[in-house]
Amino acid sequence: MDIHEYQAKKILSGFGVTIPRGGIVYSPENAENKARELGGSKWVVKAQIHSGARGKAGGIIVCNSPLEVAQAADKLLGKKLVTNQTGPEGKITNRVYIEEATEIKKELYLGLVFDRSSESIMVVASTEGGMSVEEISKNKPETIIRSKIEVAVGMQKFQAREIAFGLKIETKLIARAADTIIGCYRAFSELDATMVEVNPLVISNQDQILALDCKMSFDNNALFRRNQVSELRDKTQENSNEVYASDRGLNYVSLDGNIGNIINGAGLAMASMDMIKLAGGEPANFLDVGGGATPEKIVKAFKLISMDKKVKVILVNIFAGINRCDWVAEGIVQALAKIEIKVPLVIRLAGTNVEKGNKILKESKINYIEAKTLEDAANKAVKALGK
Amino acid sequence: MSVLIDKKTKIIIQGFTGKMGSFHAEEMIKYGSNVVGGVTPGKGGSKHLNLPVFNTVKEAVKSTDATASILFVPPAFAADSAMEAADAGIKTCVAIVDGIPSHDMIKIKRYMRRYSKTEKMTLIGPNCAGVISPGKAMLGIMPGHIYKEGKVGIIGRSGTLGYEAAQQLKNLNIGVSTSVGIGGDPINGSSFKDILEKFEEDNETEAVLMIGEIGGPQEVAAGKFAKENMKKPVIAYIAGLTAPKGRVMGHAGAIVSAYGESAVEKVELLKECGVTISQNPSVMGETVKSALNGKT
Repeated sequence: MDIHEYQAKKILSGFGVTIPRGGIVYSPENAENKARELGGSKWVVKAQIHSGARGKAGGIIVCNSPLEVAQAADKLLGKKLVTNQTGPEGKITNRVYIEEATEIKKELYLGLVFDRSSESIMVVASTEGGMSVEEISKNKPETIIRSKIEVAVGMQKFQAREIAFGLKIETKLIARAADTIIGCYRAFSELDATMVEVNPLVISNQDQILALDCKMSFDNNALFRRNQVSELRDKTQENSNEVYASDRGLNYVSLDGNIGNIINGAGLAMASMDMIKLAGGEPANFLDVGGGATPEKIVKAFKLISMDKKVKVILVNIFAGINRCDWVAEGIVQALAKIEIKVPLVIRLAGTNVEKGNKILKESKINYIEAKTLEDAANKAVKALGK
Repeated sequence: MSVLIDKKTKIIIQGFTGKMGSFHAEEMIKYGSNVVGGVTPGKGGSKHLNLPVFNTVKEAVKSTDATASILFVPPAFAADSAMEAADAGIKTCVAIVDGIPSHDMIKIKRYMRRYSKTEKMTLIGPNCAGVISPGKAMLGIMPGHIYKEGKVGIIGRSGTLGYEAAQQLKNLNIGVSTSVGIGGDPINGSSFKDILEKFEEDNETEAVLMIGEIGGPQEVAAGKFAKENMKKPVIAYIAGLTAPKGRVMGHAGAIVSAYGESAVEKVELLKECGVTISQNPSVMGETVKSALNGKT
């Protein structure tokens, strides 16, 4: 789960990381008031969407008067912002963050991620803040510092100091920088994060060390014990069909193609999508109804796919194990009695009691194309597109 | 023969008296697995499915000599149960449950570092279908009847895609020595490489089918291991050609976040290691068949 910049900053500040003063607003009037309240002579208005690269997309506006702040907020609020990370559809800006402007002396990069090879938390830092980590790896790989943290004991002071010295921070600021790095580590490990990225981490002209921008993601599997984090979810930043799916316990990812999929198991779902691609088609979605493929889940899945206007053919591929094909077939028949499907439907059943399952489908009144194998199913789905 | 489990392996069920634990314990017993009891804290001393229930794994091990366990406990308590099994001397533990936080998985693995290599438990999963040695024993939730007894080892992340492979093999009259589901999570108990090592040592496994997917470094690490250490042919299929970068495809671990983690890149890197690639999921069985024929 992703959260907004201002939420991430607030979390970090709770762990002793200094952030610029600022406030969140939902209207241009409040933006102006917030600027006056913060005081000073220069402000930054930042669109709050779940994406990086907002600056290049026009989502971050520097203002010299409270009136300009109001105008900037008006320009951003209620509009979709398209960045190189959002895809062409962009993301809606419903709130903007008004922050006092910072006079920057130095921009640094600080990121924390799970490293799957060493199964530990890895800190990645660089003196080249402000660019994406991909750009840093490409253009300035020699500046990258990596530090592996032993999670059983947590980050040690010396590790934080090593990173700080590696970032060529002035000696008088090292202790403060080390505390900042440890604060980010603690936020990561104590809140079940999967990513914390402070980019840039800046040293201001006043020698403050500040998190100027921050992105955080959390482990969905741990949200049950992180109520304060799960409350930060902003569904307006997610694809509406994906929200519908996740609210109903379905694993769904919306894609660009036109062949809708209903499959049990994530691996089989990816494999079926591969087959569609190899057969010359494009999947409209990834959808895993779960290994068990219960009738309730199948009804929900059909409802979800029927909401997607891109879909021109539906492919159902269920490998029944403990749940038998006859039971799955009954689920499909029940689902289709409730939901009208106007596009061709290809069904492939496999596994336990496959003959019984296919018999139930045939004897029902549903209009469908039967497929035997994975390959057959994909070919028939692509062929059905042409009709 | 088989790896991890056989007909004699004594099995206990952790979370025995719950709905899931009871159902799958019965399925395992029907298949022929040697289930000797189970653990549900607070219900020790009672009987369930005509088998003894214990309060702790240590008690269960002491009175039954069990060496394997399978967890049917909710994700929030799974780490605790896995560490309890490790501490009680269980050798093979399967965690079926989907939804264990990554931080908890790291904790389990760090905890197990206290044991020497010979004493250390092999944890399989989480978020997997378990282990089956066809014709001998099942320590998992798979439909046992789709597996034919034989000489091909299977290692896979996904449950249903593993079933698909087993059925393709069976249709070609090829059997399986053991099938191991290592699960779809980013941090898992055993990696592809860990299980490849076991199959290479197993004198009745002749080839290994590895069913991987996008995300993480494990498939490629296993390929490198195979290149340097294995004589048996390794065949691989990698799912997720169409997966967009940065999106989680169902399995928490199925996300492309770095170079070498997409399906196309993994396939290229595996080919460099001499691994035979199954070009699509419909020909996993046939690719194994030709690899086996090529050997003789």
